[in-house]
Amino acid sequence: MCYDEPAVTVTLEERVLARNDDLARANRELLTGRGIRAINLMSSPGSGKTTLLERTVRELRRPVAVIEGDQRTPLDADRIRAAGAPVVQVNTGAGCHLDAAMTRRALDDLDPPPGSLLFVENVGNLICPSLFDLGEHARVVIVSVTEGADKPLKYPYMFAVADLVVINKTDLLPYVDFDVDACRRHVTAVNPGATILTVSATRGDGLPDWYAWLSGGG
Amino acid sequence: MHELAIAENIVDTVCTRAAGRPVRRVTVRIGALTAVLPDAMLLCWDLAATGTAAHGAALDLDLRPAVVFCRACRTDQRLPDMIPLCPCGSADVTVTAGRELHIVSMEVA
Ligand SMILES: Nc1nc2c(ncn2[C@@H]2O[C@H](COP(=O)(O)OP(=O)(O)O)[C@@H](O)[C@H]2O)c(=O)[nH]1
Ligand SMILES: [Mg+2]
Ligand SMILES: [Zn+2]
Repeated sequence: MCYDEPAVTVTLEERVLARNDDLARANRELLTGRGIRAINLMSSPGSGKTTLLERTVRELRRPVAVIEGDQRTPLDADRIRAAGAPVVQVNTGAGCHLDAAMTRRALDDLDPPPGSLLFVENVGNLICPSLFDLGEHARVVIVSVTEGADKPLKYPYMFAVADLVVINKTDLLPYVDFDVDACRRHVTAVNPGATILTVSATRGDGLPDWYAWLSGGG
Repeated sequence: MHELAIAENIVDTVCTRAAGRPVRRVTVRIGALTAVLPDAMLLCWDLAATGTAAHGAALDLDLRPAVVFCRACRTDQRLPDMIPLCPCGSADVTVTAGRELHIVSMEVA
């Protein structure tokens, strides 16, 4: 290396995630072109993403396809397949989020039918996935009543990007100390524009609202 | 940790732009509303740069606060947290700064 030469400063002013954002835009254009609506589903591990999807696959009168992001196992994909929807599993290994390139590869494998609803179950994590646009049309964040009503304040980045926040496991409300109104207030504080629904993915409470939101273009 | 993925993105970009020249220093602007932690970024940087043209390069972080413009009192206000609310009590605000995640510049030999 020649240290006699002075270092030169080069101005870049480039977005760090420019490449991901470009790929995401291409994904969105491809999907929109085929009349497919894509929804990025995010939450902590165990909030009920897969359970809500299984039920949606069984009950929604519209073709559904799913991309399952998981660090290691194919278990969630097996559950979705058993529920009756085409699914592609993406194992991220140590990666804590999906990105637009992984989504594109999964899309090419899955080839969802025109007019279908495509769900992407992101890796269970309330921080990392918020930064990576996949090419979705809407972002849904799930929080369950066993997690604490202050989650939106503890993970504001995630709740700030949500179009819809689903408060799940309301069947457990009699057994846990969870203030639904406080949770709603916290969501609204970090994201005044977010729609909020309360559901029980296992018992079925509130699911008509969820299906209405999905069909309403959300 | 998404900071590693972010650091790898930065290394990729600067190495491409440096076109083979060694990179000595990189400046990155991070807004307070991005979910990127400065300490974690610094931790991941050397790992991401190892074995590339940015090997050993210094990483400078230009940290920017979150700012909103309030339509009620028509002022710019810095946010102490992630809640888009003006100290005057109004929530009728637009975020004007804090979402930056930019590679500002690099120094090449
Ligand atoms: N009581 C109750 N349990 C639920 C509900 N939804 C999901 N679960 C349970 O929560 C656990 C985690 O659910 P899962 O769908 O795998 O969560 P994911 O990690 O977000 O995909 C499972 O044992 C589910 O049966 C619900 O509405 N009520
Ligand atoms: Mg799951
Ligand atoms: Zn004000």
